[in-house]
Amino acid sequence: MAQEHAKAPVDRSGTPLVSLEDISIAFGGVQAVDRVSLDLYPGEVVGLLGHNGAGKSTLIKCLSGAYQRDSGTIRIDGEVADIRSPADARRYNIETIYQTLALADNLDAPSNLFLGRELITPFGLMDDAKMEAETRRIMARLNPNFRKINEPVSALSGGQRQSVAIARAVYFNARILIMDEPTAALGVHETAMVADLIKELKDQGLGIFLISHDTREMMELCDRVSVMKNGKMVGTERVEDVTEDDILSMIILGKNPVREAA
Amino acid sequence: MTDATQAPPAAATRKGFAALEIDTRLLGMIGAFVLIALAFHLASDGRFVTPRNLFNLTIQTASVAIMATGMVFIIVMRHIDLSVGSVLATCSAVMAMVQTVVVPDWLGAGLGSPLNAPIAIACGLVTGAAIGAFHGWLVGYLSIPAFIVTLGGLLVWRNVAWYLTSGQTIGPLDETFQLFGGINGTLGETWSWILGLIGAAAALAGLWSARRNKVAHEFPVKPLWAEAVVAALVVGGILGFVALLNAYTIPDRVLERRFEAEGLVMPAGYTEGYGVPISIVLLIAVAIVMTVIARRTRFGRYIFATGGNPDAAELSGIDTRMLTVKVFALLGTLCAISAVVASARLTNHSNDIGILDELRVIAAAVIGGTALKGGVGTIYGAIIGALIMQSLQSGMAMVGVDAPLQNIVVGAVLVAAVLIDIWYRKRTGARD
Repeated sequence: MAQEHAKAPVDRSGTPLVSLEDISIAFGGVQAVDRVSLDLYPGEVVGLLGHNGAGKSTLIKCLSGAYQRDSGTIRIDGEVADIRSPADARRYNIETIYQTLALADNLDAPSNLFLGRELITPFGLMDDAKMEAETRRIMARLNPNFRKINEPVSALSGGQRQSVAIARAVYFNARILIMDEPTAALGVHETAMVADLIKELKDQGLGIFLISHDTREMMELCDRVSVMKNGKMVGTERVEDVTEDDILSMIILGKNPVREAA
Repeated sequence: MTDATQAPPAAATRKGFAALEIDTRLLGMIGAFVLIALAFHLASDGRFVTPRNLFNLTIQTASVAIMATGMVFIIVMRHIDLSVGSVLATCSAVMAMVQTVVVPDWLGAGLGSPLNAPIAIACGLVTGAAIGAFHGWLVGYLSIPAFIVTLGGLLVWRNVAWYLTSGQTIGPLDETFQLFGGINGTLGETWSWILGLIGAAAALAGLWSARRNKVAHEFPVKPLWAEAVVAALVVGGILGFVALLNAYTIPDRVLERRFEAEGLVMPAGYTEGYGVPISIVLLIAVAIVMTVIARRTRFGRYIFATGGNPDAAELSGIDTRMLTVKVFALLGTLCAISAVVASARLTNHSNDIGILDELRVIAAAVIGGTALKGGVGTIYGAIIGALIMQSLQSGMAMVGVDAPLQNIVVGAVLVAAVLIDIWYRKRTGARD
């Protein structure tokens, strides 16, 4: 299939950055994720697609530590990773941009950016001035129009709130980035900014899991797409091997057209 | 954090009064207090705004104000504590028994031993912290709503206190212990002035270092004249407060007895002011520590973050369950400190100590701008809230309002204060 622009090929010969192996989690008898396996390589963007309730966000929350999986193994750089809480995930340099953004609305941007990882003065108190300066620095790069540094984030627009959540994920030298619907609340211009950022981070060698409902956007941004339905993995395909229609039929029918055709 | 709510951006461009960057909510509350004070002053033929009455007002406010600072954190975290009055009673009962029975009799130190007060206070603090931590554990780890846990606590601890003393009034308490009560323990004029000067110097140093810090990071700063006005107001406020408390003079016959006790004759025209009560020094210390916790420590930041969005706090790696235990333990400790102040002021422990304090404490926090939906509240607000409540109560008693009507007014004021707060938030555009 002809691509609108050339993507640098991803080297998948080495050890995957992340290996999710046979991950399962159930909530009160509902098997939300059923023996799902998925790899992510450095510099790769893997898209997760599927209907609402297909299990995409749940799978990804097992990796970010928000949920504790019932069974299965997570490997980071080939080593078994013990991820039981969001704090554990942060230790493995896994950062997450949640669909809800997970911002404390009553606090300002620096407080949210450094929440749980505040900068401390030698006396053990928070170094608010340093945190504010760092926030101004990173926001100048991510969203030059961002001015409301000292206001609670409840006073910010959807795009500005999103950029606070993104800044929090990229500030701390993430190696693995999880983005759950990062552009759902954004306008055209801001969506393009997020797309540029994803490409930039990918070039820096980060591995990115991207969740979205926009199939066209996924075809453009991702190297591979995985489709889930009813908690099971339908299939994972390289975007150059499939068309948008193939992906849609995987989402709707839960079948892998490529393999059936082969 | 919360004061950032009221601070609009682009400070550099503001002119005139706005350049002072004084919190309008703080101004509003001080304004309300001044109005109440003036109204009662007129209605009582000039008896309200006198050194004597204001001195009494501060020592009556101390106990509730100390607990209210801790209640701010509880409410900010979307919890409530209905048990503070009963916890205060249990701590008071423990301390009363320790200083009148345990240390003097069981340990054989005797009444009047210098060991009595420190051991009693230590036992009280441990009791308060332990009860608070237990409440916090029930709320945080067993997920029982705080309303239920502390409603149970309200009944349990009130009657544990009863059993500890077999329902008797225990007194008189140790004389050293009584120093924390108010009129029985004041700094005297000289030490009050020294304290005031230290406070003023510390405030100036704080303002100066905050400004220097902002300049170092190239943040906008207030014009120098505005800094000077704020500094003058702060220093004037501190020294004026000391002058006021020093102006309440010890009655002549008390002074005469003191001179007689040392075998001297009191010089004609000699006067001496009470100065700052030790209970107020305690309240100021609590206020400073709690404000630093709220604004400058991770612990405080996590309390506000959890109140604003509990899910976000957990996803940021904050252990919100342990945080709940710590916050309730902190309030329990403050209840114990209040128990020292309250029982020392009465010079004995009685069964009804702290009854209805939970309502006064919650009302003080709420009048001070703490939002029950969580995430918003200030320490200074709660203290001024306690002062306003106490002013209404003592003012009405002074003017001779019937007791039932007093309570009707206090209840109505609480509801009205919250309504005004809602209007204020809407006008300033703070979303909720």
